[in-house]
Amino acid sequence: MTLLLEQMLNGLQFGVMLFLLAAGLTLVFGVMGLINLAHSSLYMIGAFAAAWAGAQGWSFPLALMAGAGAAALTGVAIEVAVLKRLYARDHMDQVLATFGMILFFNEAMAMLFGRQPLMAAVPGFLSGSVEIIPDVPYPIYRLAIIAVGVAVAGLLYVLISHTRAGMLVRAGATHRDMVRALGVDIGMLTTGVFALGAALAGLAGAMTGPLLSVQVGMGDRILITTFVVIVVGGIGSVRGALAGSLLVGMVDTLARAFLPGILKTVMATADADAIGAGLSSMAIFILMAAVLLIRPRGLFPGHG
Amino acid sequence: MVDRRTVLAAAAILLALLLPQLAAALGKPDLVTLGTQIAIYAIAAASLDLLIGYTGLSSFGHAAFFGLGGYTVGILAFHAAGDPIFGIIPGATEAWIVWPLAIAVAAVAALAIGAMSLRTAGVSFIMITLAFAEMFFFLFVSLKTYGGDDGLGFRRRNGLPYVAPRDDVAFYYVCLAALAVVLFLFGRLVHSRFGRVLQGIRQNPRRMAAIGLPTYRYKLAAFTIAGAGAGLAGALHANLLRFVSPDMLHWTLSGDFMIMVVLGGAGSLVGPVIGAAAMVLLQSWLAQWTEHWMIVLGPILVLVVLFARRGILGAIQGRGLR
Repeated sequence: MTLLLEQMLNGLQFGVMLFLLAAGLTLVFGVMGLINLAHSSLYMIGAFAAAWAGAQGWSFPLALMAGAGAAALTGVAIEVAVLKRLYARDHMDQVLATFGMILFFNEAMAMLFGRQPLMAAVPGFLSGSVEIIPDVPYPIYRLAIIAVGVAVAGLLYVLISHTRAGMLVRAGATHRDMVRALGVDIGMLTTGVFALGAALAGLAGAMTGPLLSVQVGMGDRILITTFVVIVVGGIGSVRGALAGSLLVGMVDTLARAFLPGILKTVMATADADAIGAGLSSMAIFILMAAVLLIRPRGLFPGHG
Repeated sequence: MVDRRTVLAAAAILLALLLPQLAAALGKPDLVTLGTQIAIYAIAAASLDLLIGYTGLSSFGHAAFFGLGGYTVGILAFHAAGDPIFGIIPGATEAWIVWPLAIAVAAVAALAIGAMSLRTAGVSFIMITLAFAEMFFFLFVSLKTYGGDDGLGFRRRNGLPYVAPRDDVAFYYVCLAALAVVLFLFGRLVHSRFGRVLQGIRQNPRRMAAIGLPTYRYKLAAFTIAGAGAGLAGALHANLLRFVSPDMLHWTLSGDFMIMVVLGGAGSLVGPVIGAAAMVLLQSWLAQWTEHWMIVLGPILVLVVLFARRGILGAIQGRGLR
C-alpha cells in the first residue's frame, strides 16, 4: 500500500514534467496551428544550460532560470527566423522543417558538450527526503518538482483566463484573422506565446537534469510521450494537456512498477520480467488507442 | 527534339542497370551496396508517397512497417536455425515463403494501426502514427529472445532460385527488379479508379464523402498497401545487412522516409526514388567530410521546406505546369 502511494507520487511528478512540455506544445498548436518537433530540442537546451550553469557554481534557482532563459531565447530565434513562415503551411512542411532543426540542435549540443552524459547535482537545500506519508521517505527534490508544476499550472490558468494577454491568446486560438483585423499585433502575440512555451520546456529540462542524465537526444523520447499526452488530452487545450499529463504519467509509472509483479503471479519469473517490461513500456500507447476508440478527439478537445 | 525528361529518365535507368559494371571499372565495389540501399529506400519512400503525395495523409510511422518486414525475415531465419516458433511453426529461409510473409505481417499491422489512426486527421494523425510506431519500437527492444536492443543477426540471405546468396551484385539486381515491380504496380494503382479516388480525397475529402464514397475505407486500403510496400523494403533491407535491430523502427527513420518523399517530389512515382537517391548520396557524401554531418543536413532540410517545396523533381521539371 505504501509502495503504491510512493509510486503514485512518482507518477504525479512525471505527469507534472509532461505537463510543462505539453502545455507549451499545445498552446503553440492552439494559437499558431504549428506542430513543433523542435520542442524536444528546447527541452534539451534547457537541461544543458542549467547543467552548465550549475557546473559554473551558479545557485540552483539561477541555473533553472538559465535553462528556461536559454530555451526561450532559442525559441524566439527559431520562431522569428523560420517558424513564422510556416504557420500558414501544411503540417507536413512544419514536421519536416522542425525535424531538420532537431538534427541541427542534437549535433550542435554534441559538438559543444560531447556525447558523454552530464550529471547535474541535486541542490543542497533540496536533497534528502521527508516522510510525507508515514514510514515512506520521499525525496524532497521530487516534491519540489511537483510544487513547481502545480504553481506553473496555476499561473497559466490565471494568465490565460484572467489577463488581457490571455484573452488575446484565447481569441487567437479560435479566430486568428479576426484578432488581426481588430488591430492586434499578432506577430508579437505569436512570438510571446512561443517564448512562453519554450521557457516551460526549458524549465522542464533544467529540472530533469538532477533526476536523469543530461545528454544529446534526451528530448526525443519524451517528445513522443508528450504527443501521446496531447492526443489523449485533446489537442489545443491546456486543460486537456493537464488531464492527459497526469493520466499518462500515472499509467506509465504504475505499469512499470507493478505490471511485472502482477504477471509473476500467473507465469514464470523470467517470462514475467521480459513480457512485463515490454507491456509496461507499451502501456501508454494502449491507453492512447483506448481513448481514440472512445473519444477520437481526446478527452478535452480544444476549439476548431 | 527529344523531351528532356525522357533523356534524363533513360540515362537514370541505364545508370542503374550498369552500376555494378561501373563500380567494378572505378574500383569502388561499395557503390553496389549504396545502389542497393537506394533501391530499397526508394521502395519504402514510394509506398509512403502513396499516402503523403496521393492521399494527403502525413504518416509519421512508416518505419514501423519497414521494421516489421525486416523482423519477419530475421525471426524466421532465427527459428529456421533453432526451435520452431511456439514449438509448432517452423522457421523459413526461402524468399518465396519469407518475403510474402513479411509483406503480409506489415500489411496486417498497417491495417490495425490505420484503422485506429484514421479516425483522426491532420496533426493528430501525425502524432498518433508516430506514437504507434514507437510502440512497436519498444516491443522489439523488450523482446530479449530476438536480441532486444542489440538486434538479431543471421547467416545467410533468403534463398532465391538462380541467385547465389553471397553475390552482392545479384542481390542489387534483385532489389532493382523489386523496385521496378513496385513502381509498375503503383503506377497502375494511381491511374486506376481507386487512385483517382485517393487523389480526390487529398484535394477535398468532404466532397468525396458527399458524392457517396466511403473515404475511410479508401484511406485504410491505401494505408495498408503502403504498409505492405514498406514491409517488402524492410525484408530486403534485412537481407542486405543480414541483420535486424530496433533501429529499423526508430522514429528518425520515419522522418528520413518523409524527407525522401518531399525532397524528391511528393505526388509522383519517380519523386521518392530521386529523394531516396539524394538522401543516401548526401548522407554518405557529408559523412566523408565530417562526423557532424547532421549539422549540415538539418539546415538543408529547413531550406528545402522553405524555398523548394516541389522538391528536386519540381526543379528538374522547371517552373511549368504541375
